[in-house]
Amino acid sequence: MAGRGRGQLTFSVEIVGIGKGENLPPSSVQPTPLFPPLAQKPVPLQTGEEAEYMLALKQEFRGAMKTLPFYIRPAAPKKGQFGVKDELCHKHGFAYMVAESPAVPKQPKQPRVDKEEIIRKLETLEQKEEDGSSDEEEGEKKKPEEEEAEGEEGYDEEEFEDETDYIMSYFDNGDEFGGDSDDNIDEAIY
Amino acid sequence: MTAQEVRLCGLLLQEHFGNVVEKVGTHLIRSGVLTLRALAHETKLPLDLVKKSLCVLVQHGMCTFGAGRRGPAGPVEYRINCERVFHMLRYPRYIYTAKSLYGDTGELIVEEILQRGQMTMSSTVKTVADRLTHNMPEGQSMDYSEVVSAFSQLVETHFLQRCPLASAGSSSSGAVDTPLPVATQPTEPESHPDCYKLPYINLTGQGKRRRSSEDGEADQCAAKKARTDDSECGDDRIYWQVNFQRFHLHFRDQAIISAVSCKLDQSSSEIVRTMLRMSEVTTPAHAAFTQALSANEIFRALLSSYNIARPILDQYLSLLVDDPMEFVGKTGDSGGGMYVVNLHRALANLARATLESVVQERFGSRSARIFRLLLRKRHLEQKQVEDFAMIPAKEAKDMLYKLLSENLVQLQEIPKTPDYAPSRTFYLYTVNQLPTARLLLQHSYKTVGNLMERRLYETKENKRLLEKSQRIEAILASLQATGAEAAQLTEVEEMITVPERQQLESLRHHINKLDSSENQVDETIFLLKSYINSTQASR
Repeated sequence: MAGRGRGQLTFSVEIVGIGKGENLPPSSVQPTPLFPPLAQKPVPLQTGEEAEYMLALKQEFRGAMKTLPFYIRPAAPKKGQFGVKDELCHKHGFAYMVAESPAVPKQPKQPRVDKEEIIRKLETLEQKEEDGSSDEEEGEKKKPEEEEAEGEEGYDEEEFEDETDYIMSYFDNGDEFGGDSDDNIDEAIY
Repeated sequence: MTAQEVRLCGLLLQEHFGNVVEKVGTHLIRSGVLTLRALAHETKLPLDLVKKSLCVLVQHGMCTFGAGRRGPAGPVEYRINCERVFHMLRYPRYIYTAKSLYGDTGELIVEEILQRGQMTMSSTVKTVADRLTHNMPEGQSMDYSEVVSAFSQLVETHFLQRCPLASAGSSSSGAVDTPLPVATQPTEPESHPDCYKLPYINLTGQGKRRRSSEDGEADQCAAKKARTDDSECGDDRIYWQVNFQRFHLHFRDQAIISAVSCKLDQSSSEIVRTMLRMSEVTTPAHAAFTQALSANEIFRALLSSYNIARPILDQYLSLLVDDPMEFVGKTGDSGGGMYVVNLHRALANLARATLESVVQERFGSRSARIFRLLLRKRHLEQKQVEDFAMIPAKEAKDMLYKLLSENLVQLQEIPKTPDYAPSRTFYLYTVNQLPTARLLLQHSYKTVGNLMERRLYETKENKRLLEKSQRIEAILASLQATGAEAAQLTEVEEMITVPERQQLESLRHHINKLDSSENQVDETIFLLKSYINSTQASR
């Protein structure tokens, strides 16, 4: 109902019991306290054999429920991170996974890219060598070349002419041995 | 579902079944009905955990499923039965009642079935016999036949009933033969004709005592044996559950009898007890009053130990009828007078007494006087309240406003003119019993929720100390089992310092107090809920 002003109430307060000019308690400007002080002390709890027995029953029941299969605990650590090892993990428990080496982080993509480039380079080099060298040497070159492709960009020709592990200059063919001796026969040859 | 009810359901589910089931359950309560996929998607839990949680809830009768909105061809929908979750608060009371009626055997049977939701008769008998044998002195063991007889007694008095059949057909056929029940109408267990029929089982033997050293092997052997034994016993697919309604009727009768004995005296309460016992089987669950019983019948049924002569009985009956509480009513004069127990009126009076008691303990006896006055006289003006209650105007006003702010008392406007002009309207104070009972019921739910949260908080705060004491107890137990000297035992005991012991003691005291309070608030919840249900049933 439209009142004559904002402060007007819709009913006269005398009827409800508040007299004119009477002191009203101050209006509250905050919510009621969370733990209001009690006007009366609460009645004490029921005690006796029945109450105690029911208390014991309640606590036993609670304890028993925790052991039953109906108490569902959240799942074990996330699956799927270690792939096939999940099945083994479930069979032998988490300890199996710990015994394994820690998860190796995935190979960074970069060497892969390099690998492809290197393979391409090798193929072009192969084709160049196809003209001159024998089939065997090609095959042998390919293998050591592919092995080296991971880490190094080039390879040492000096080391890999034949399929030996040693630097070629280690072996003295003996070609150079007799070359100098024609000039100086006075010195003894050992 | 009110917010307080949902909160209490969540706390109860968490306490008994863990956090996962709690999450699934509360979400399902809030959403109403959901399919499995929707539930898994919204709770963001893995599908198999959601399935397990639903299995647990269905096993305990808290979740029902049925054909969804898309009809039988669509996905199955699940819903939670909140009332059933609240019953978990009352489990100790059910177990204690079974103990008082049928002894330790009955107590253990009801406890086992409550723990597991549903069980076959043979597995219950075996488990209970084993537990009883474990507590008996060496050399004795519990015979299965005794446990079977206790079980039969529980079924005959309808405290246990068969679970309603699962809707799926035989497991051998792939397709579901019978149509699923509609989700909104779960099958009532009482609609099954064999609800209380005991199966014939071939079970003889005695309980086995479990030796602590053979625990591991015994468990495995027992598990293997149980699987083969169940099918041999002949009651393979007959599962039994607790009939909560029957227990509630029993509690209601107990409340009426104790009220009569408090108000009048012991003999009148015995008469009322006899009347209720006689009409146990003939009265349907939601009846407003029992079947009419003649005074002659009551006299014949009275136990001789009460020693009540026939004329005394008549006097007591007329006293009960005249009592303002109206527990007993007279419906006729044949057979020495036909008497009934007014069940709904008794419940209403008990609820009213609860409300008055709450106001008295909260606001004082003078506010309780005003409250009782308003309950009796229905509508009163401010002036009339002061006069009838004989309380000075200022204090009466103060108390009335306090009750009004707590919503226990309402203002009713009665206009003299059709335009509701304030100067020409009566403003009357009134109390409506039913809405006030509902309000107090919600307060009770909130109270129990607060008690449980406080208990969880206390346990969490002292978790470290509790774990330490548990470890030390385990060490002590193992030392004692292997026969250690007293010096070693005292050394282990001293690992807990004296202030820690005191802290543990006070913690135990607090938790016991909180648990007892929950049990006591649950009694109020039961009374108020019974009253509210009785008003709904009579509509």
